[in-house]
This record gives sequence, C-alpha cells and structure tokens, in this order.
Amino acid sequence: MSGSVVYLILAINSVEVDWFRVYEGLERGWRFIQGFLTPDFSSRWQDIQIGLIESLTMTLTSTVAGVLVSVPIGIGAARNLAPAPVYMFCRSIITLSRSFQEIIIAILLVSMFGFGPFAGFLTLTFASIGFLSKLLAEDIEDCDSAQIDAIRASGARWWQVVNYAVQPQVMPRLIGLSLYRLDINFRESSVIGIVGAGGVGATLNTAIDRYEYDSAGAILIIIIAIVLVVEYSSSYIRRWVQ
Amino acid sequence: MISGADTQIWQFRTPKQHILRWLGWFWLVALTVFCWNLMTEDTIWAFVADAPRQASDIGGRMLPPRWGYLNQLWQPLWDTLNIATLGTLIGVIIAIPVAFLAAGNTTPSRYFVRPVALLIIVTSRSINSLIWALLLVAIIGPGLLAGIIAIGLRSIGFVAKLLYEAIEEIDEKQVEAIRATGASGAQIIDYAIIPQILPAFWGISVFRWDINIRESTILGLVGAGGLGLQLQSSLSTLAWNQVTVIFLVILATVIVSEWVSAKVRQAVL
Amino acid sequence: MLELKALSKTYKTGDRALSDISFSVPAGQVVGLIGPSGAGKSSLIRCINRLVEPTAGSVCLGETELTTLNGRALRQARRRIGMIFQEYALVERLTVMENVLSGRLSYVSSWRSFLRRFPQADIDQAFSLLNRVGLGDHCNKRADELSGGQRQRVGIARALEQNPELLLADEPTASLDPKTSRQIMRLIQSVCREMNLPAIINIHDVVLAQNFTDRIIGLRAGKVVFDGLPSTLSHEALTRIYGAEDWGQMQQANEPQDDDVLLDNTLNSSLNSSLDSSPMLVSS
Repeated sequence: MSGSVVYLILAINSVEVDWFRVYEGLERGWRFIQGFLTPDFSSRWQDIQIGLIESLTMTLTSTVAGVLVSVPIGIGAARNLAPAPVYMFCRSIITLSRSFQEIIIAILLVSMFGFGPFAGFLTLTFASIGFLSKLLAEDIEDCDSAQIDAIRASGARWWQVVNYAVQPQVMPRLIGLSLYRLDINFRESSVIGIVGAGGVGATLNTAIDRYEYDSAGAILIIIIAIVLVVEYSSSYIRRWVQ
Repeated sequence: MISGADTQIWQFRTPKQHILRWLGWFWLVALTVFCWNLMTEDTIWAFVADAPRQASDIGGRMLPPRWGYLNQLWQPLWDTLNIATLGTLIGVIIAIPVAFLAAGNTTPSRYFVRPVALLIIVTSRSINSLIWALLLVAIIGPGLLAGIIAIGLRSIGFVAKLLYEAIEEIDEKQVEAIRATGASGAQIIDYAIIPQILPAFWGISVFRWDINIRESTILGLVGAGGLGLQLQSSLSTLAWNQVTVIFLVILATVIVSEWVSAKVRQAVL
Repeated sequence: MLELKALSKTYKTGDRALSDISFSVPAGQVVGLIGPSGAGKSSLIRCINRLVEPTAGSVCLGETELTTLNGRALRQARRRIGMIFQEYALVERLTVMENVLSGRLSYVSSWRSFLRRFPQADIDQAFSLLNRVGLGDHCNKRADELSGGQRQRVGIARALEQNPELLLADEPTASLDPKTSRQIMRLIQSVCREMNLPAIINIHDVVLAQNFTDRIIGLRAGKVVFDGLPSTLSHEALTRIYGAEDWGQMQQANEPQDDDVLLDNTLNSSLNSSLDSSPMLVSS
C-alpha cells in the first residue's frame, strides 16, 4: 500500500506540465467542443470521402483475408487436432502477430510497401491473424471431445473429423469473432493513416494539424456512427447464427 | 441385414436454403472483390513488387542493434509506464460513476441519464487513444499530460462498458435482502452491489492497464511523450538500428506487463 | 468374433487401468461389462477401437490384429466397430440424418462428405435404420432438438450405419430415466440378435445388465473378477466386484416390469433360449 503511494508521488512528480500552455489550450479545447457540436461535413467532404472509402475497403478486405488465413493457423494451433511440430509453428506465428501494436507494424509495412491503403490492408490482416487464430484455437480446444471421439470412432479421416465434429461446434463463434474483428479493424483503420497507411486517419490528422476542429468533429462523428452501426448489426447477425 | 426400405430422397438443405446460402456467399465474395479493386486503384504495384528488396534493405540497417542507445531509453520507458498507470487510474475513477449510471438496475433514470452515460461510453470506445492524443497534443501541447489524459479518456469507455455489464449481471436477491433491511440507495450499493462486482472490477482494471501499456508505447509518435517520442525521432533520422532497440524494449515491456496482469487476475478471480 | 489377449493399459500418470485382460466374444453375444467407477470399463472399451492406446497385449477382430494398425488401416478397422456413447456424443448442431450418415464417413471421399453427397445406398440404409429405431420422421431435425432417449436412438443408428462387425457401448443409459434405459437396452439387444452382432456394453446398472445381456464380465481395479451367465451373478460375485453391500435388497427393488412394449417383444421372449455360447465362471 505505502509502496503504491510512493510510486504515485514519484510518477506525478515526473510529469512536467506547462500550466500556462494548458491554460492557453483551454480556449482551443473549447473551440474543439464547439466544432464537435457544430460539425462541418461539407468543406472537407472530398478528403473525408476518400479517407472513408479507404478505411471501409481496408476493413472488409483485411477481415476477409484475416479469416481465410486464420482458419488453417487456428486449427494448427489447437492442441487436440494438430501434431506437436505444427502446433509449435502456428503458436509462434500467433505470438509474433500479437506482440506488436498495429501502428508499429504499419510503420514497417509502409516503409516496405509505400504509402497508401495496401500497406494498411497488410497491417490489419497481420493483426487479425493473431487475434482470430488465438481465439479460434482456444475454441477448438474447448470443443466437446466426446463428439470428436464419436466421429473418429467411425473411422473418419482427420479432415472429416474437422468437417463433421469440429466445424459445427465452432462455426457460430467463428462468425461472431470475425464480426468483432471487423469492428476492431474499422477502428484501427481510422488510426493507422497517421503513419501513412491509408484511411480516414490521415484526413483526421490533417484536419487537427490545421486546427479545423469542425471538420475533425465531423470525421469523429462519422467514425462513432459507423462503429455503432457495425456493433448493432453484428449483434443482430450473431443472434441469427446461434 | 436391414432391408425393405423404399428409396427416399434426402436433401442436405431445401432448395430455398441452398439458393439463399449461395447468394449470401456470392454477395460476400463480390463485395470483397469490389472493395479490393476500389482499395488498390491507386496502389503503385512497382512499389509492392519492390517490397522484398526494401525489406532486406531495412533489415540490413536494423541489424546489428545499437545497444548503446538503450541508456537513452530508461527515462522514456519510465514515462511510458507512468502514462499507462496514471491514465488507467484517471479512466477507472471516471468510469465507476459512469458505469453505475449506465447499468439498467442502478441508473437513476432510464430515459435521461442512461442514454447520456451510454453515449459517453460509445464515444470513448470508438476513438482510439492515438486520436485522443492527437487532439490533446493540439489542445494542451505536447508532453506527458496529453498522453495521460488520452489514455484516461480511452479507458473510460472500456472499463465502464465491462463494469456496467457486470453490474447488470449481479444477483438481485442479495440486493433485495439488503433493501428489506431498510437500507438507503447508497447503502444498497455499498453492501449489496460492490461486494459482487469487486473481483470483476479489479480484473477489468488490470486488463485495461495491460492494454494501456501497449498503447502508451506509441503515443509519442504524435508528441504525447514516452518511448514513441524516441521512435519518432529515430524514424525521422532513419536510424533503423535504434528502432530495433526500441522495438525490443517495447516487446519486453509488453511481455512483462502481460505476465503481471495475468498474475494479478489469477489472484483476484 | 473378438479376442482380447493379455490386454493392459497404464496411463502416463502411472495409473494402471487394465492389467492382463483376456476373453473372447463370439458372434451374436451381448456382453455386459460391470464394475465400480474407475475399474477400467471405459478404458477397456476404448482400447478395443484404439481411442485409447493399449500398452500391451492384443486385440483381434476376426483375422485382424488391431493394436498394430496405423493410419488408413486403423480407420478401416475402426469402421468395422460401431460405438455408442455415454451422453450420446451426437454432433449437436448437425441434423439427425447427418449424424447417422457420419457412420459412413470412412467409406466416402472427404470431398463427397464435405458436400454431403452420400451414395443413395447409404441414404437408404440410414432411412431404414432411423425407421428401425423409431425416428423415421425426425431426420431433418437438429440433434439438439431431440430428447435424451431419442438422441441415444440416433447414436445407435449411427453406429449401425457403419455395418459394424462389433458393437461397443460406453454407458449407453447413464443419463436416461429407468424406462427409457430399458427401451434402449432392449433395442440394442434386439438389433444384435437380428444382425448376429457381438456387443460389449459397459453399464453401471447391474439389474439392467442382467436383464438384457447374455454374459456378464465383472471388472475390479483393471482385472476380470467375474465372467459368466447373468443368472450366475450371485451376491458373492457382486461382493467380489463391488465390495460388501446388502445385494438382496437391490434385486427385490428392481424386478423387471413389463411397462415398455415398444420394441420387438417376440425377440425378447426368445432371449434366454437362444444363447449360443456358454461362458464359464473364472476365478480371480
């Protein structure tokens, strides 16, 4: 307890604050809130539109690609289906993908593939693989082993065991996870633009740099609205899949 | 052997289900292809084809890491930890009342207060901490404070959402039992609700702290202090051998924080 | 005909589940495997179709030695052995028909099974088996819509769909009520009669075992301590299997009732006269 108090005092003391600058900023903060309340969709609409299209296309393509790659890796990373060498290999891919922030991956990929949404697509796909494969593998490991035994006992091939015993059990959750990742990918797609990987983040970055808070407010409102739509429709689809 | 059955047709799915399914897949594939084309319209494929060469070039510059640079990283690392911890603290402190206002069973008003609380949660959740940092750096200037507040603002939504879901799942019988003793509203929260959600609360907070450590490593890219600041300056001077050292420090920090949070969650749950 | 010779199983944890088990089951004989929990009943059944790997000994089904098989040969041996599970082990999100047809998986290519394009002969057989177990009009329901007894009937149909030469049943009545349990046991017994199919049924309920099997094998701590006709299962033998208890009380309370006339009664009445083997009592 006293340790945490000491830490807090040390931590707070190490934060140097230029209170005059903050005081000055309050006026700008107030302008941002005003901009958020009276958003300006029209004057930067061209840029916003381009950014949004990039974000949305990146989101969908990277989620689809992520799911396609994650399914084999997820199966390979499930202890009850994969032999030990395959298991180790797939688990290390997952660890690698999960260790780094999207932004850091984006920086590397942008410097390799150049600016634009293609680097963003690769970034989001790479990040999706770690997320989806890990959760899918856990889900496969949680499968009812009696159902797997029953199919195996009929003399089915490995591939048929996956198709008949595992797939029916994990399919609803795989769809749920994919929709959840779609949601995350959209949110991330609005950020990686800051380092040049395409999407509405670049537009937002420019608007804030130019102190155009009404345009920035408009972009944020659009992001929030799209996140809401994705969240609601995915909860609807999930209920329908059950 | 069993015999004597006349031939019956078995169809896996009815024709209508079959068509619907087929249409669904077709639609998804078509949409993906359409998006792909739209996305790659302006892609310069020569750059993409050049990527392996670029990668080996960068790889060559990243190695060997410039270990001497490590000494300049201790201060930013300390700052990063502080951003994450103080930010989480602020986020959690604000998230608690928001969660109680948002939970259907504790909100004072379903039609006025609850929607406002939910709006706060959605706004906070939809906007990445890097964007919050971008805004705050523009408003209050670069530095640790902007990073701390950015992390705090992003954490409110996350913690409040999980917390209010936990509050909504509590056992109502215990609440009734306390109410039956004639307790006031605040006393009911104190005696019947808090004991039930306390483990979930600690679990959520530590989980968010773990995520915040990851996020605070990059906030410096937009000027909000910590390791990201060093990353930004190394990148802009193309000092890739320093970038490697920063990546390794980030990786180590993330692994340690994940281990700590797993231990703490094990202890409270 | 199934023959076990000196079959042993020791788990990695060091638990000796089976030691030196030998017996043979001729065609058409229904064997009830009884014994306390942890006696190795489940391990024994699973060693036969190699869901559990035996540590030593041999299992012969007809001419085939099962313990040395691998890959394709193991799968082709497994399809000769139908298995009925505790808690049914149906794939719950598949339809009844898909579950029954999954008994044919080893006969069709992966591609055909993926598209659910089974040969018409397999589908015909599945329909007639479903009619046989009384579920003819449930074939398009999802397995999790059925009641416990109905699910176990699907489990039986799935096992028979393999055209097995041997039937294994692992506590087939463990989660069923007494009446449904009797119906399921009677169904297993009568299909074994019809097809001259040997079966090993691992079962907790001694009275049920006595009523519906031709021979009882008692296991205790991984060893066979009783092997004989159900009628010879004396109180002394029960004590040897399970330990001391007032066994007289149990048998009085569980006199067979004739409340369930659902399935082939003619076959039941010929039950005791058609025993084609005479197992002997072994001493332990």
